[in-house]
Amino acid sequence: MADDVLVEVRDLDMAFKIKGQRGQPTMLHVLHKLSFDIGRGETLGLVGESGSGKSTAGRILVGLFEPTGGSVKLFGRPITGPERRANLAAVRSRLQFVFQDPHAALNPRLRVGDSIAEPIDIAGTMSRRDRNDRVKELLEMVGLPRDSAERFPHEFSGGQRQRIVIARALALAPAFIVCDEPVSALDVSMQAQIINLLMDLQARFGLSYLFIAHDLAVVRAVTHRVAVMYAGSIVEVAPKDVLYEKPQHPYTQALLDAVPRPDPARVRPQVIGGEVPSLLVPPPGCRFHTRCPHAMPRCRVDIPVLRETGDGRQTACHLYEGPSVIPSAARDLPRSAHGASSAGDPSLRSG
Amino acid sequence: MTASSLVSIEDLTVQFRTDRGWTTAIEGVSFDVAEGDCVGVVGESGSGKSVTALSMLRLHARGTSRFARGSVRYGGQDLLRAPERTLRQIRGRDIAMVFQDPMSSLNPVLTICDQISETLCLHQGVSRAAARQRAIELLDLVRIPDASRRVDEYPHRLSGGMRQRVMIAIAIACRPRLLIADEPTTALDVTIQAQILELLRDLRAELGMAVMLISHDLGVIAEFARRVIVMYAGRIVEDAPVDVLFRAPRHPYTEGLMASMPALEGGAGRLYAIPGRIPDADEPIAGCRFGPRCAHVEAICQAAAPELVAIGATHRVRCTPRTRTSGTS
Repeated sequence: MADDVLVEVRDLDMAFKIKGQRGQPTMLHVLHKLSFDIGRGETLGLVGESGSGKSTAGRILVGLFEPTGGSVKLFGRPITGPERRANLAAVRSRLQFVFQDPHAALNPRLRVGDSIAEPIDIAGTMSRRDRNDRVKELLEMVGLPRDSAERFPHEFSGGQRQRIVIARALALAPAFIVCDEPVSALDVSMQAQIINLLMDLQARFGLSYLFIAHDLAVVRAVTHRVAVMYAGSIVEVAPKDVLYEKPQHPYTQALLDAVPRPDPARVRPQVIGGEVPSLLVPPPGCRFHTRCPHAMPRCRVDIPVLRETGDGRQTACHLYEGPSVIPSAARDLPRSAHGASSAGDPSLRSG
Repeated sequence: MTASSLVSIEDLTVQFRTDRGWTTAIEGVSFDVAEGDCVGVVGESGSGKSVTALSMLRLHARGTSRFARGSVRYGGQDLLRAPERTLRQIRGRDIAMVFQDPMSSLNPVLTICDQISETLCLHQGVSRAAARQRAIELLDLVRIPDASRRVDEYPHRLSGGMRQRVMIAIAIACRPRLLIADEPTTALDVTIQAQILELLRDLRAELGMAVMLISHDLGVIAEFARRVIVMYAGRIVEDAPVDVLFRAPRHPYTEGLMASMPALEGGAGRLYAIPGRIPDADEPIAGCRFGPRCAHVEAICQAAAPELVAIGATHRVRCTPRTRTSGTS
């Protein structure tokens, strides 16, 4: 896979200038030293709760934001640094984005065919006739009737609109698509149809996806590898089965434990307490230490970095450093420590 | 209606005014909520689960909605026909509600204290000082740390999870007998969702109130409810104890819904997808409204709309073939 890496992200930092207290400009650091690769035909899942920075990362990858640090290479070309503009222009037609809300992503006054053809019109590479044929072909690809081109978005349901958005994303035959919560606005029965469509299209065209989602079950269904984000950093990245079956990072464990299962007989694990810390006043050391049942004194001081921990996995946690620790032992640590410290929750104190 | 029923809904049929006349949003909805019960209502958009909940407190806008048929009986009266004054007493005191989005449910220019006190002063006539003390106790009860300081803050200072806790504090302020929670965790992150569900479970046990939880998420329903009502296109299609429903669902829609959920426990590859789409409320469909999407559809399904039939003491299914072959008792 190494020679077939489409996306290469190294030490990505992102900060936004915001109005802080008394109107003074403050930097809000939303991403901290993000590194990952995405191979050809691969789907990397990016999961995390609100404010973890997953959408910001996705937007940087399609060139919508310029990062404040680190490097991003797409198709081997850096889109950070002095060559950003030229290289973005060169790769742009191979990048696409599918947003969460198909109602907001389509212009209600454009006919569906014109929405789908917009990337083609902007690229200006096709004759009118080829363009219209291509629109029909795209509609067929996403499972919509060919005559949909003449209709307007309001005539379609949420699931069908997401198909239209996907058809538009495919218009220029991209190689890499960032899907930002593409099914979270859809009902369960529609969600399955769209997930299947995305997987079929990947098999057919060898697409690579960055699949951003908060629904861990959906992510398991569509991805190959998964990166878990917490408060702006990746805490664990691994092949999906490794991650779901033996989560290493205490946050990954807490996240998986918290997902409600359609099984009334399930013995519910202890619920983790506390909330995601404020990015304006992040806790020192590991950002998860304020909620972590295994936090050690060193977690309050040292920021853990992602390291290889076997099985193609990387984890950023002090529990898995040094020879004295057997990685799999962490899962057996007493679970009763979970959620004990909501009184000391820093997100509340920072207010 | 059994002796222990707290609320009894019979043949509830609600219509809304549209450009094309009156559209039926829910039809023939009948179920009881027993004292201290824990009912889950699950369904996709447009299934009518929120319309049902809002009807129980008559919260729909007047003029654009009407109750075509049915009744909602509580404490010896029909809430659909009771005078507005009676309803104002019942709302918040006997039956309280928590909505999905805590930010738009809280008033941004009033402190938490003001908003909790409002309910207390209205229903219990307590003084402002007493109400403030009670508000702090309630914030403690919903496990907001540092309650005596938080009580004077404005909603924007709180996170989404904390706001939902405040909403719950307001809802339980008068110790209601029924709490209706309409997608209370949908806007929240998964670890916060787990906290809120645990809080609701604990409060239900502590206060002995009945809870009706509405959700689109079968996982949330499985972990919370004791009894589940499945709705599709404005009708109840199945009603069963939670373990029965998840172990042996009888309605093809319930089966399809469960099969189309991706499993956290794995099983890669394509997902089962229910074909077609959810029909619009006014879409004419002959017979069973799930028929066009159903894998087991028969001629009889299109001939007549199926009835909700009891196939056991606690299990009801709206499916003609399934209730015919399963030996009704």
